[in-house]
Amino acid sequence: MDLAQILSNSVAFIIAPATIAYALAAIGLSVQFGYAGLLNMGIAAYMAIGAYGYAISVLTFGFPWWGGVLVGIVGSVIFSLILGIPTLRLRGDYLAIVTIAAAEVLRLLFLTATFDSVTGSADGLSGYHNSFRAANPFPEGTYGFGPWEMSANGAWVTTIGVLLVAVSLLVVWALMRSPWGRVLKGIREDEDAVRALGKNVFSFKLQALVLGGVFGALGGVVYALPSSVNPGSYVTSLTFFVYTALLLGGAATVFGPVLGSILFWVLQTFLGNILPGLASIGVLPVSSSQASTLRFILVGVALMLIVIFRPQGILGNKKELTFVK
Amino acid sequence: MSATGFTATRLRPTLLVIFGGLLVLAALFGSAPAAHADEVGIEDNPYRVSGNVQYNGDPLEGVKLTVEGGGYDAEVETDAEGKWRVGVPEKSEYKVTLDESTLPDGVAVVGDTSNVQTVTVGPGGRVTTNFFIGKGERNVTPFFDQVVQRLVSGLNFGLMLGLAAVGLSLVFGTTGLSNFAHAEMVTFGALVAWFLGAALSVPIFIAIPLAILLSALFGLGMDVGIWRPLRRKGLGTVQLMIVSIGLSLALRYVFQFFIGGGTLQLPGSNSPEIPLFGAVKLTVIDIVSMGISIVVIAAFAFWLLFTRIGKATRAISDNPSLAAASGINVDRVVRIVWIMAAGLAGLAGVLYAYYRPGLKWDMGAQILLLVFAAVTLGGLGTAFGALVGALVVGILVEISSLWIPADLKYVGALVVLILILLLRPQGILGRRERIG
Repeated sequence: MDLAQILSNSVAFIIAPATIAYALAAIGLSVQFGYAGLLNMGIAAYMAIGAYGYAISVLTFGFPWWGGVLVGIVGSVIFSLILGIPTLRLRGDYLAIVTIAAAEVLRLLFLTATFDSVTGSADGLSGYHNSFRAANPFPEGTYGFGPWEMSANGAWVTTIGVLLVAVSLLVVWALMRSPWGRVLKGIREDEDAVRALGKNVFSFKLQALVLGGVFGALGGVVYALPSSVNPGSYVTSLTFFVYTALLLGGAATVFGPVLGSILFWVLQTFLGNILPGLASIGVLPVSSSQASTLRFILVGVALMLIVIFRPQGILGNKKELTFVK
Repeated sequence: MSATGFTATRLRPTLLVIFGGLLVLAALFGSAPAAHADEVGIEDNPYRVSGNVQYNGDPLEGVKLTVEGGGYDAEVETDAEGKWRVGVPEKSEYKVTLDESTLPDGVAVVGDTSNVQTVTVGPGGRVTTNFFIGKGERNVTPFFDQVVQRLVSGLNFGLMLGLAAVGLSLVFGTTGLSNFAHAEMVTFGALVAWFLGAALSVPIFIAIPLAILLSALFGLGMDVGIWRPLRRKGLGTVQLMIVSIGLSLALRYVFQFFIGGGTLQLPGSNSPEIPLFGAVKLTVIDIVSMGISIVVIAAFAFWLLFTRIGKATRAISDNPSLAAASGINVDRVVRIVWIMAAGLAGLAGVLYAYYRPGLKWDMGAQILLLVFAAVTLGGLGTAFGALVGALVVGILVEISSLWIPADLKYVGALVVLILILLLRPQGILGRRERIG
């Protein structure tokens, strides 16, 4: 067991594509759940739409990479409208069940062998990198230093991802201090009061769902950029993991989603390496596959403890209610 | 460790690191080959079922086959050489079905074999199966018999879902909690039955009642240890729901910690099939399982309708404050509801393990949304509504697979769930004011 290597692997995840993808998805959820109080349990579906929208439009329709990104965004907007227009009038936990069911339906449609020629069914999609890599401004070579050393393609993915996160943060920060954002927070705290002020609550909720969904789809695109699209990734557990990252950082904060995602992935990687390591040298009395299951148990326990004892998250403010009653 | 490896939680954790690394390598050094319809799930699964479809030495192209078992299913088509390969997740039994309608005219599966064969993936991790194909008429199952067969197994599935759904619905009605960890209460029952029946070799007719008893105790433990303190603390329903999601994740991986990622069989899971009429066949276990479900549900209905505690439960579901004001001890009733719900979920788990067949660490999570669909369909918080909803969902899932591909059979039920919530959120038997 090489502790230095494990630490290096773990801190490398501070700017890994997966972390960036989670951060983008969590930013989307913070708009939907944190600020607007919409219990969207289908963020995995938004990520799947981003990833599949990108991969399918590049592979099947020969779009350039930025065209694929646009398709992912448009797809997420359409999904939000289909899902939102009828459901946003429902109570919080009803919305949760509808979104989780819709996400599962979408995943099964991507997984089925019926549409194999387009979706690749259980094998997923890969080999859509030509256009994206051709646009890479970095010449061949290695970039970064220490744990963050990466190839030219890696650097290109990371640059795009970090830029997307920065722009998303700026958008969320600007919107949430605007009158629009105040109405949104008002809806979360007391929908009827906002309605009494003459605001169209439904329209605001729909706008929040669409905006958050776009961030979620961008997260899915970044998730797909470095390697491949695998239908096994977009299961309901992905939604729960993004929620854990979001609640850890702080649901109703600007930087909370990013902080939460970084902590989630660094800790996951660290535990995923150190626990089997400890098991193999006999410190932990379990087999190494059992040891790597332990970290997922810890995710569940962490999610429970955060919600019970610090629902506002690390960066949140206790005075700001983060849960709809 | 790569991103793709981590979230593919269905794979065995030990394989994750290697698999994730391979994916990254595949992406860096030339892309992986495009998916062929004649090779399904090869990259994701370690074991193989394969075969070769020929007629008089000539390969038959484009013949459709399905491989299913242990909650996994895949569809495959033969290539120009008549060959097909399917990756399967476990070393266990799989049912291979050859779709005779995709064979050329005048050709059918002949001899003693039917177009359905059962194969076992042995220690080598690979198995080959061949069908005897010759001139002849297809022995087609009449459409009516297919419908009856599906109807009966849908009824069986629905009754089993109903056992899980009434508990979920009662808990929701009395406490307002949408309990995602209900799925793990289902798995728990099957797991304990396996532990007692297979690992400790207790006779199965003792092991199952014991498993139900332990499930009930597990429910009591959860109420005393987690849910009652949280109710006292005054957490909102959404917060409670997210706590239950966390609990569900934690328990699911605790199960995986103990039994690993594979499928385990309960004793006596391969019982003989009894032909009833036409082409309709049922196993002994199916019949016993339906009998048990019906008896238990009838007893439960009697309890809910005619005993004092049952009446109190319905009173609390209706209006908790009024019930408390009329002298009902709400905490005590809620505790009994948790015990009942967990016991019924445990029984559902045992029956589901026989129905699938086999038990797995995430088997409960696989049907959780169907249970939710049943509960919402019938009307949240109404026990009998949940039962009706479960029967509808069970039969819908089975019947719809006559027309839609097997790997999409849950989609119909989930779409119904969504439509019901949109059009009639109070469900079939719910009352209008329940939605809020």
